[in-house]
Amino acid sequence: MIELAEIAIAVNRLGKQYRIGQRERYKSLRESIMRGLTVPVRRLRSGFGSSDGQRANGKSTFWALKDVSFEVKQGEVLGIIGRNGAGKSTLLKILSRITEPTEGFVDIYGRVGSLLEVGTGFHPELTGRENVFLNGAILGMSQAEVRRKFDEIVAFAEVEQFLDTPVKHYSSGMYMRLAFAVAAHLEPDILLVDEVLAVGDATFQKKCLNKIESVGSQGRTVFFVSHNMQAVTRLCSRALLLHDGQVAVHGCTHEVARTYLHGGAYGSAARVWPDPERRPGNHVVRLCAVRVRSDDHEVHATVDIRRPVSIEMEFEVLRDGHVLVPNLHFYNDDGICAFIVNAGHGQWGRRPRPRGRYRSTVRIPGNYLAEGTLSVNVGISTLNPVIVHVLEPDAVAFEVVDSLDGNSARGEYAGPMPGVVRPILPWTDERGSERAESFAEELA
Amino acid sequence: MSIQLTPAAAVAETHPPESATLSVRPLPRLRIQATPGWKALNLRELWQFRELLWFLALRDIKVRYKQTLLGVAWAVLQPLMAMLLFSVFFGRLGGFDQKTADVPYPVFVLCGLVPWQLFSYALTQASNSVVAEQRLLTKVYFPRLLIPISPILSGVVDFGISMVLLAGLMAYYRVLPGGAVLALPFFMLFAVLAALAVGLWLSAVNAIYRDVRYTIPFLIQFWLFATPIAYPSSIVPPRWQWVYGLNPMVGVVEGFRWSLIGGGQPPWPAVVASFLVVLALLVSGLYYFRRMEKTFADVV
Repeated sequence: MIELAEIAIAVNRLGKQYRIGQRERYKSLRESIMRGLTVPVRRLRSGFGSSDGQRANGKSTFWALKDVSFEVKQGEVLGIIGRNGAGKSTLLKILSRITEPTEGFVDIYGRVGSLLEVGTGFHPELTGRENVFLNGAILGMSQAEVRRKFDEIVAFAEVEQFLDTPVKHYSSGMYMRLAFAVAAHLEPDILLVDEVLAVGDATFQKKCLNKIESVGSQGRTVFFVSHNMQAVTRLCSRALLLHDGQVAVHGCTHEVARTYLHGGAYGSAARVWPDPERRPGNHVVRLCAVRVRSDDHEVHATVDIRRPVSIEMEFEVLRDGHVLVPNLHFYNDDGICAFIVNAGHGQWGRRPRPRGRYRSTVRIPGNYLAEGTLSVNVGISTLNPVIVHVLEPDAVAFEVVDSLDGNSARGEYAGPMPGVVRPILPWTDERGSERAESFAEELA
Repeated sequence: MSIQLTPAAAVAETHPPESATLSVRPLPRLRIQATPGWKALNLRELWQFRELLWFLALRDIKVRYKQTLLGVAWAVLQPLMAMLLFSVFFGRLGGFDQKTADVPYPVFVLCGLVPWQLFSYALTQASNSVVAEQRLLTKVYFPRLLIPISPILSGVVDFGISMVLLAGLMAYYRVLPGGAVLALPFFMLFAVLAALAVGLWLSAVNAIYRDVRYTIPFLIQFWLFATPIAYPSSIVPPRWQWVYGLNPMVGVVEGFRWSLIGGGQPPWPAVVASFLVVLALLVSGLYYFRRMEKTFADVV
């Protein structure tokens, strides 16, 4: 059997330019009228040369994507990874036709289904049943198709009894399950998935992953954008690493994941946001810098497993009166969360912080982390009630290296050691008397 | 870099029967690239998405009167109250009831109010629609033209309900429509098209310039008085009639009223002028909307 189009997606020198601030602001009519009125004057001054195009080359624009080319074969499950702002979402938005590229083009062969969000268009006042049909139509399913799959969708979501209840009365879990169930039953030739798995409980996430996996194994093409490295390595045979709007690496998932996590040119043990406007955060607090320091107080991307390591974060509190707890989430090579620490026990753990600049540092003892690359998500939250003010995924990364000197947790053993931590713990290790059958007997 | 379609003849994979037939069908190719300037309307694609249009309108209809005490009764109350208000202040106190010939003033007013309310509802909803649907707009692709069209469809339901009210009022005053009633569907469609034409323009402009939403209440008030609802258009001096006819709602209301309660000659000059204006606004509005829609996701 000859496949007529082996390529599913061909991206050719794709570029997308944004005006800085374009995403946040719309224009006021007055500004435009004023600009319109002054255009002839400006034209005259610049000798008729200044057009919008030329002005766009000034400093007020940036390229979210630039010169991106790659191909995706049919049936391939491709993972897209990269830091925040690397261009992942922009690429996905162009592929799903939400926004147009500025230059270059994409050829797509087959019916595309895009899942940039779970439950797009769900209306809280409508019942589960009504939302299934509405959402199906929004995702591009025909009414007949939804009707045919309706029972399957409902069974997948496990909301049979609540079908005729408005979804505003659903628990968030039920809501997510129903929303994902509709999306999961979309049967496009090419499926574009954004980080929809970042929500829901672990069982549900597993269910979603299984579903996407089965879509992939049916020979459909899947384009999967995620921060969850574990999910990417599990689902995708190939991956593409974006950095600053360009393709950094495109290849086998394990290699790409390694490049990404190992930092290399793309990760680092220190991140600083000099421009106050672009710092992660909100109107309450903004993150200024994060650094990984070894016990010599220098920034290090590689630390000895036996030495303590400190993660230091600097942030600026812009509003008085909020209890703000810095927290760090450590992810290993496999994307597994090794542990989370928060500063809730420190001196500002329960007290509102006055405005000002703060530096919080957590010290991780030596002989605690396992070897490998650790990627740190940095957050600043109010814990009760939970408000996430800052969440910067993969803010910094560093590598823990074990020694073979024999004085780390592995001792003389040189083989591979799984596990997310590698502590040295106190043992008692004594010798019983030769005659006793057991220690119990001796104690008696 | 060129794109090659490599026929994978060497790959002799075994397919389950249904996917084997799938792979024979050549997959449709879609090219995504920058579209400078004006775009074709692509009404065919709009037609392919008609089910979505239906569901969006259905959603608006279902949600509109949720959590209201009176529910759908609002669809009757709004034109009813407006009619009473107009009858007392313009008809009785303003003396307009002397100028409406042999037609009872309440019937005269309601004949104008019914298409007007469709128009003003559609105008308000459509002009804000692109901004209101920004979550959809930034998350999924569909023909953007559906966004301003769907609230207009949902307005048609209220329109139907107030038509029943109008029929009841006519029965009460024993006003019977003549043969001209056959033209009623045309004028209903005319009212919908007028609302769509203006709604398209305003929705696209409002997405980019939010000033528009503040001007809508004034625009609607002004427009209401510039339309022959409370008064017959005959009170406008003949030499200004053609200017007056440029207001598309003049033709809509006059024609609508004529088809229901007659009153001699059909108001051809006003209807023709208004129809041409609506047509011009509609076509330009469609193209303008298509031109601007690519920026919506970046600016809303």
